[in-house]
Amino acid sequence: MSSDVTRAEVCTVAVADGFRGDGEVLASAFGTVPAIALRLAKLSFEPDLLMTDGVAFLRADVPSIDGGTEGEAVVEGWLPFRSVFDLLWSGRRHVVMVASQIDRHGNHNFACIGDHRKPRAQLLGMRGAPGNTINHPTSYWVPSHSPKVFVEKVDVVSGVGYDRATALGERSARFHEIRRVVSNLAVLDFAGPDRRMRLVSVHPGVSVDEVVESTGFELVIDGEVPETRRPTAAELALIRERLDPAGARDKEVKV
Amino acid sequence: MDKRTTSASVVAELRDGMTVGIGGWGSRRKPMALVREILRSPLKDLTIVAYGGPDVGLLCAAGKVRKVIYGFVSLDSIPLEPHFRVARQTGTIEAAELDEGMLQWGLYAAALRLPFLPTRSGLGTDVLSINPDLRLVRSPYADGEELVAMPAIQLDAALVHMNRADARGNGQFLGPDPYFDDLFCMAAKRRFVSCEKIVETADLLKGGSVHTLKLNRSMVDAVIETPNGAHFTECPPDYGRDEAFQREYAATAKDLEAWQAFRARYLDLPSEEAYQAAVQARSARSEAKPSGVEQQARSARSEAKPSEVKKPGGAR
Repeated sequence: MSSDVTRAEVCTVAVADGFRGDGEVLASAFGTVPAIALRLAKLSFEPDLLMTDGVAFLRADVPSIDGGTEGEAVVEGWLPFRSVFDLLWSGRRHVVMVASQIDRHGNHNFACIGDHRKPRAQLLGMRGAPGNTINHPTSYWVPSHSPKVFVEKVDVVSGVGYDRATALGERSARFHEIRRVVSNLAVLDFAGPDRRMRLVSVHPGVSVDEVVESTGFELVIDGEVPETRRPTAAELALIRERLDPAGARDKEVKV
Repeated sequence: MDKRTTSASVVAELRDGMTVGIGGWGSRRKPMALVREILRSPLKDLTIVAYGGPDVGLLCAAGKVRKVIYGFVSLDSIPLEPHFRVARQTGTIEAAELDEGMLQWGLYAAALRLPFLPTRSGLGTDVLSINPDLRLVRSPYADGEELVAMPAIQLDAALVHMNRADARGNGQFLGPDPYFDDLFCMAAKRRFVSCEKIVETADLLKGGSVHTLKLNRSMVDAVIETPNGAHFTECPPDYGRDEAFQREYAATAKDLEAWQAFRARYLDLPSEEAYQAAVQARSARSEAKPSGVEQQARSARSEAKPSEVKKPGGAR
């Protein structure tokens, strides 16, 4: 593999690896890196993933992130928004959402910053986060790892974290799963004691200290933290030539 | 029965303080001609229920709104609706924010005349604290599962925009997604459908398959023909989103002067016809002197198929 791999490309395979084992479920990805990652996973090791065109169609082919496709667009199904809701409530989905704030338990916020009654910044709103997180696996993408994002306490809970899932009880929370969090610095999961956020790996060129300093709460760190795997030559070729020839990924991830 | 009428007579039926549902999704197939008619009226203190786009932003900016019940308010190609953001951040409106699926469930419950429908969505989140009236319900069966009892969202009026309709109120969407327009109509006491074109009943199926006939006439009280009536939101296959106009609209959230100029130019006009004329004059101006970006956007629009005109939506 080449040594000129960018951070965004490392992030892309880290998000893509989160789809391993998903099989025949709808994979939805928000953000540039996740959009590339989902396509990479589908082309590489999870060919059965379902994917929408962002409008109302399921696409059997894999277009580049700016919509370009090698041949004719191949529509394999119709998925208007109401069918998306049915499908996600049925559980056959894995979503990657962007987190504006996330805490050690995986409570997520992209609704607003500040008091909800009169927020300092209105962001996306609840959108589908409450339904997604209680019904099917969810992962998070953070393009800029900082104590402003990885916070002690999120201002508003739009996505359910493990402490709140535990409080709901086993039955209500049985479909809740936060698969992983990928940031521009590291990969994290919730395999720590009491399902607290754990540092899984640091991206090449990033130190554990840098991740710790950029996180607003104490991470679970057990022993030596490995390095996030680098893309294979085949993966790099797909990312660079097929999926994101314009290099949008490197604009989202600034190192 | 001939249900054809005008936007003005529809809005004359509305009253201050009413709960009004608006169909479409984000900046997609919104009944903007009816929204503009509300902007020209003295109506105030409305509760708006919507998968919100510029309909919500405009009504908030014009001071027509007391409360919004929503899952999101977005312009799609511009993820955050800037006028709605201003309303939220200055605290001028009450915000009943729900999960997108819960909003559907509330409309569906009202449509079916049920007090509520159960759902897992919302459990464990601040949807419950933001909406303190929401209650939980326990399954009466052996599982005993606790769920959110999403209450019916009853509407005084529904406003939706279709591609085609007939004079009797059968409505047809020809784009990729019906959104929840049928549920908005079924949840409302009075149901108002604007459309691009009123056609003969026998001609409806010339435009699309039987699956596109989403509204039947029992769901509709009035039909209004408003060509280009979804502008500047998209209404495929009739037209795509007017991205240049939307950018101009969005930019006016930054300062009062720009907003007042926008209002004077496009909104404080005597009629929808005057609005459409102002929009035409605007595009004639930019045809004559296209900026690079707008020229690019225009050519992208004309080359793209309807389904490819828009960018992917937000996080659903």
